[in-house]
Amino acid sequence: MQDNNLSRLNFEACQKCSICNEVCPMMEVNPLYPGPKKAGPDQERYRLKDPAFYDYALKYCLNCKRCEVACPSGVHVADLIQRARLDYAPGPKHPLRDTMLASTDFVGSLASPFAPIVNAVLPWKPVKAILDGAFAIDKRRTFPKYSPQTFVRWFRREAAPKQGKFSKFVTFFHGCYANYNYPRLGKDFVKVVNAAGYGVHLLEKERCCGVALMANGMEKQALKQARTNIASMVTAAGKGESILTASSSCTFMMRSEYGEVLGLPTEGYRDSLELACKWLYEKIEAGEVKLDFRPDFKMKLSYHTACHMQRIGWQNYTIELLRMIPGVTLTVLDQNCCGISGTFGFKKEYYNYSQEIGAKLFADIKASAPEAVVSECETCKWQIEMNTGIPVMNPLSVLAAALKP
Amino acid sequence: MKEYDVIIIGGGITGACTARDCAIRGLKTLLLEREDLCDGASGRNHGLLHSGARYAVTDPEGARECISENRILRRIATNCVEPTGGLFISLPEDDLDYQRLFAQKCLECGIDAKIIDPEEARRLVPAVNPDIIGAVMVPDASVDPFRLTDANALDAKRHGADIVKFNAVTGFLKDGSRVVGVRTPQGEFRGSQVVLAAGIWAAGLAEMAGAHIDMLPSKGSLLVFGHRVADMVVNRCRKPANADIIVPDDTVSVLGTTSDKVPMGECDDMKVTPAEVELLLSEGVKMIPELAHTRILRAYAGVRPLVSAGGDGRSASRGIVLLDHETRDGIPGLITITGGKLTTARLMAEQVTDLVCSKLGMQAACRTAELPLPGSEDRKYSIRYDIYEKRAAVGRHGTEADSMDFSGAGSEQVCECEQVTRAEIEYCVREFGVRNLQDLRRHTRIGMGTCQSSHCVRRAAEILAELLPGTDADALVLDYLQERWKGMTPVLWGDTLREAEFMRLKHAAYLGGSVK
Repeated sequence: MQDNNLSRLNFEACQKCSICNEVCPMMEVNPLYPGPKKAGPDQERYRLKDPAFYDYALKYCLNCKRCEVACPSGVHVADLIQRARLDYAPGPKHPLRDTMLASTDFVGSLASPFAPIVNAVLPWKPVKAILDGAFAIDKRRTFPKYSPQTFVRWFRREAAPKQGKFSKFVTFFHGCYANYNYPRLGKDFVKVVNAAGYGVHLLEKERCCGVALMANGMEKQALKQARTNIASMVTAAGKGESILTASSSCTFMMRSEYGEVLGLPTEGYRDSLELACKWLYEKIEAGEVKLDFRPDFKMKLSYHTACHMQRIGWQNYTIELLRMIPGVTLTVLDQNCCGISGTFGFKKEYYNYSQEIGAKLFADIKASAPEAVVSECETCKWQIEMNTGIPVMNPLSVLAAALKP
Repeated sequence: MKEYDVIIIGGGITGACTARDCAIRGLKTLLLEREDLCDGASGRNHGLLHSGARYAVTDPEGARECISENRILRRIATNCVEPTGGLFISLPEDDLDYQRLFAQKCLECGIDAKIIDPEEARRLVPAVNPDIIGAVMVPDASVDPFRLTDANALDAKRHGADIVKFNAVTGFLKDGSRVVGVRTPQGEFRGSQVVLAAGIWAAGLAEMAGAHIDMLPSKGSLLVFGHRVADMVVNRCRKPANADIIVPDDTVSVLGTTSDKVPMGECDDMKVTPAEVELLLSEGVKMIPELAHTRILRAYAGVRPLVSAGGDGRSASRGIVLLDHETRDGIPGLITITGGKLTTARLMAEQVTDLVCSKLGMQAACRTAELPLPGSEDRKYSIRYDIYEKRAAVGRHGTEADSMDFSGAGSEQVCECEQVTRAEIEYCVREFGVRNLQDLRRHTRIGMGTCQSSHCVRRAAEILAELLPGTDADALVLDYLQERWKGMTPVLWGDTLREAEFMRLKHAAYLGGSVK
């Protein structure tokens, strides 16, 4: 009689089994958080009746999407919570701080030219105390460093001229982290993709994917940046190029959240957008690409599946790719949230939750005693490095290091 | 034996309103109900506060009554009424000439009807069929019949009325031809006047007292959808027909109704047939296409207490029927009030109480239209002012929620779908003499949400068993699940089927119960 039962973000399919609550990392450490089932599908029915039923405790949601991975009914639990926050949340308590943390593009372009000064000043105790007192950015947090030269400048100057020799191309969405903080990652990407026999293009126009803007309630700005990216990605996809990325959160944001939470059209580029490791693995499997690894490369690694990586479900491509490198000993860690959740863990009021949630993962990492942890997520990297002292590498950097020169 | 001025039989909306009116006018009042309040048609309807627009063309007198009562209830029952407004939409196959006639008749009845652009209607109700060719805005609203009955009963009690529930009248005490009281399993009660306010069941009671009322039971079936698809009442702008009203009731949407004659014998146990479900759904999706994809929680049916004037259910008058059996049948002391609507129940009560007073030789003015009902005393009171756990209770009980104890375990959530807390349960046991989960459901919304009680039932049963010594929690659970199951059976496909299977598995295997 009815074709199927659907509702916004499928919330009505919820059978109240509460498996989502079981996997929610925030519920475990914070009794004030009602949990994904209540915050998502349960309260959604009441919010539809009256927006005054919006629960302030929704601010605690990490948007880690573990609830969505667990849901046997296909409810977009975390999307519902994100949407509710964007629709009904009152203004932030620290608007300036949130804007600063969320505007990675803008802050990065300001900080990059003064990178040596910024990097030297930020770790200072008095500076941290000011950030803590005036902006509620927790003083115990280690800040990522800025690079004096952006990836894009390096690429235009050094790499772009050399791309002409290739006949096949991919487009690289580099993201803010590779551009402003760690151009090394972008360079590794170019090295690996070139070694696979493909040239690299950049998008016509790239803006921050907006994941932090969305999380901080700045929907208007997120939409603006998303539209710019979508236009560029549709153009690239139209040329038949794969659009590759190094970061799991940017990828997830652009593949899923643009459509599900922001309501933008994704069909023009979605199938072309993927993580470089998945693309590489499939090319190798199809026999189209062969990577030449150094015979003397030896490394003991532990792989951490970032939450958004798990939601995309592509971690196995990375894991198998790493296992192709002779000399790599790989431990796959149990999937546990590291707790930082982008800008969340920087905020003073959430710092303790962030640390408590990550504790299980930190212990696992220490027990596996790797030379480096591998993960696609840059904020996981900051959190893990700060808490374990063990370096975290993007899988592309591992591949780049293992390739024959 | 206690002597009353008036004994009212029937704890539905009419009986509760009558008890309130009588008590406020200073009569010694007894309200008798065979089950719980709202067990009959008062708990099985659309939850629609008519503006009267639906009747403007066919029954202008009824329409005038509706709009007048509509205005009163918006004022005195703020926690029961949600002023959603309503739309009468015209689909391409509908006649726009009818729309003009409709709007004109509404205005003649004093109903503020406004023809609006279809574009504006689509903005107000985004889920409406985009092909609509016309829309009229009217002051329809959503009303919670359980809450409204509760509030009236509570006010009656606070004005000195006695309410005895779970006590069916088995016979009448007579002094010659005069009715002087009633016989019940809990003893005899004497009253100068006995009012039958038992809806369709008034026929059987009247028979017992020696009078005959030719009732025409008319069954109306409805479907409950899992969430709100529209924030306004949506009607079809045509001569009243089947399945042409969708009401946003609390967290759900209710689509109805049908109208079919049923034999008196079926009124106690009505089942919704597959043909009725099919009819409701196929008509409903014409107004709101999204309904084709929305989860149906359950189906239910109520019975309209129409008094026969020949013809079928839709053409029979739905007006108020006040029968003075002294003049009609030579039985002094007996009065019947029936017919009418949820919307006009207060007016029905006023009319019957006027008659009771004149029989008793009393003069007292009706004040039920001015005095706010319990829960609605403070019109500015809002869910916005409270802790999250309390908001749903405030939404349901208004200012009454202030007498619930949300400290400590009180704020523990028992029903997650409908956000019922322990505090609310304790309040209902205290104020309404709740005995079991069915009673509790009528006073809260426990078990009425998406999971249809599969999760809360056990917790709620344990709390009731704790508050009501001698109650067996297992029996409460089984009893309640059977009742939920009855409503789910007619719509058992898709997610509702999954939910039912999960429910069965959970209770049968995991909790050691057995669900047939």
